[in-house]
Amino acid sequence: MESINAGDTAWVLISSALVLMMVPALAFFYGGMVRKKNILSTLNLNFIIICLISIQWVLYGYSLAFGGDFLGLIGGFNFLGLKGVGTAPNPDYAPTIPHLAFAAFQMMFAIITPALITGAFVERVRFKAFLIFSVIWATLVYDPVAHWVWGAGGVFHQLGALDFAGGTVVHVTAGFSALAFATVIGARKGFGTRIFEPHNIPYSVLGAGLLWVGWFGFNGGSALAANGTAVNAFVTTNTAAAAAGIVWMFLSWKDNKPSVLGIVTGAVVGLVAITPAAGFVTPLAAIVIGGVAAPISYYAIRLRQSRNLDESLDVWACHGMGGTWGALATGLFASKAVNSAGADGLFYGNPSQFLIQLLTIGIVIVFAFGMTLLISKLIARVTPLRVSVNEEEVGLDISEHGERAYV
Amino acid sequence: MTKKIEAIIREDQFPDVKEALRKIGIVGMNVMEVRGHGQQGGIVLAGRTGTYQIDMLPKLQLNIVLSDNNVEKTVQTIVKAARTGSPGDGIIFIYPVEEVVRIRTGERGHEALMYDNDIDTMPKNGNHDGNGDHSA
Repeated sequence: MESINAGDTAWVLISSALVLMMVPALAFFYGGMVRKKNILSTLNLNFIIICLISIQWVLYGYSLAFGGDFLGLIGGFNFLGLKGVGTAPNPDYAPTIPHLAFAAFQMMFAIITPALITGAFVERVRFKAFLIFSVIWATLVYDPVAHWVWGAGGVFHQLGALDFAGGTVVHVTAGFSALAFATVIGARKGFGTRIFEPHNIPYSVLGAGLLWVGWFGFNGGSALAANGTAVNAFVTTNTAAAAAGIVWMFLSWKDNKPSVLGIVTGAVVGLVAITPAAGFVTPLAAIVIGGVAAPISYYAIRLRQSRNLDESLDVWACHGMGGTWGALATGLFASKAVNSAGADGLFYGNPSQFLIQLLTIGIVIVFAFGMTLLISKLIARVTPLRVSVNEEEVGLDISEHGERAYV
Repeated sequence: MTKKIEAIIREDQFPDVKEALRKIGIVGMNVMEVRGHGQQGGIVLAGRTGTYQIDMLPKLQLNIVLSDNNVEKTVQTIVKAARTGSPGDGIIFIYPVEEVVRIRTGERGHEALMYDNDIDTMPKNGNHDGNGDHSA
């Protein structure tokens, strides 16, 4: 008979709220980087995702991700409508908090993942097509991948893949889906010939700062208890963000001046990279994980630019590549001395963990990229993915929402 | 004969220019925020990675309408106060003005430009501190 721990439950509820706060934080992080005629649209793409996925999750999303296993690939229908998900703990996931608290915490992850993708198609996506895409994507990409990695009986869960707080489930899926969607929707009008100057970098700094705070819930809460693992995740999270911010500062300084937008982007990339590792590695390892993440994402942005691909806000470079590095680094730096429920990585004498991580990421990348390509192309057959040239020129705030941000 | 001076200057120099003009008795002016570039061509900014160039920089445009005979003194004052010596200091255009109408009184032409303590009402080469009516 499991008993509910008040401290654990309180921490998971607070962490859930912190993760939800990351969505508007992300909205402002992204919003600062678009042109001022698209700021409301960009904020709204993130905000409406909260509404959409909250409902999706209650109705069937949680069940598909965490319901009774079917062949290791998808959850069953036993938690439809959160039936049977109540105040009693579910020992498969978190033995000391109400099952419903776990479902609520996981809901916030399901929300922020499609929100991350929006950076790929801002300033041109048609709102209607976006709504359809987001619900289908959450159902056909997020829910299955969450089941594979985190669900009881999930195929990579069985294999022993480590993903503490969603480096693979959240960041790799979002990043590579962003890449796929960007290739389908095409570049913004004027991309490559005009300069798309960020219209409000202070918004991005504010957003990145709030993301950092929210990430304590994201990673710290993923211990699902107010315990030593949560504390370890808290400290590694902060450390990796700091290291990546510093390294990005030097990279941008080397190329010109220490860009503020660059420094805060670096911190976010550090947070992404430590996500899968936070509860399994030491603070010193976190410095390496964050510090190496910065040049990976920095030069991934350069590569993306050199290919003339308008993946507008670099979701792939920051989340896809940062998450990939973090998930691989987990296979290098994980240590049972830090977390006995985890595993040893390559540097602790267990090379097979690295291979498990590699296999998991490889399959998730192919699945997320391929499915998103398929979903977006199918939607494009039914309804246009992007607004008309004229509507794009006017800006989505007015053409899609009939509002303007600044008067 | 009435002229309009249109001076495009650096935002940073505006307080100095305004003060210098006040001292020679320029009471009325209006200012517009404009963007543009001349020979300077723009500046390089830092992006997330690397740099990008912007060519439209913020400037202020002063509009001053006054009598022909005070134009040169006013232009010299603006040049002296607005100049830093680096590219991007700005430019001054001078136009003839067809007609002036003061809305409050309906006065027209030169009369519409006559303010108490204004450069146009003071004796030529007069030494005036210009602390007059700025509300016009």
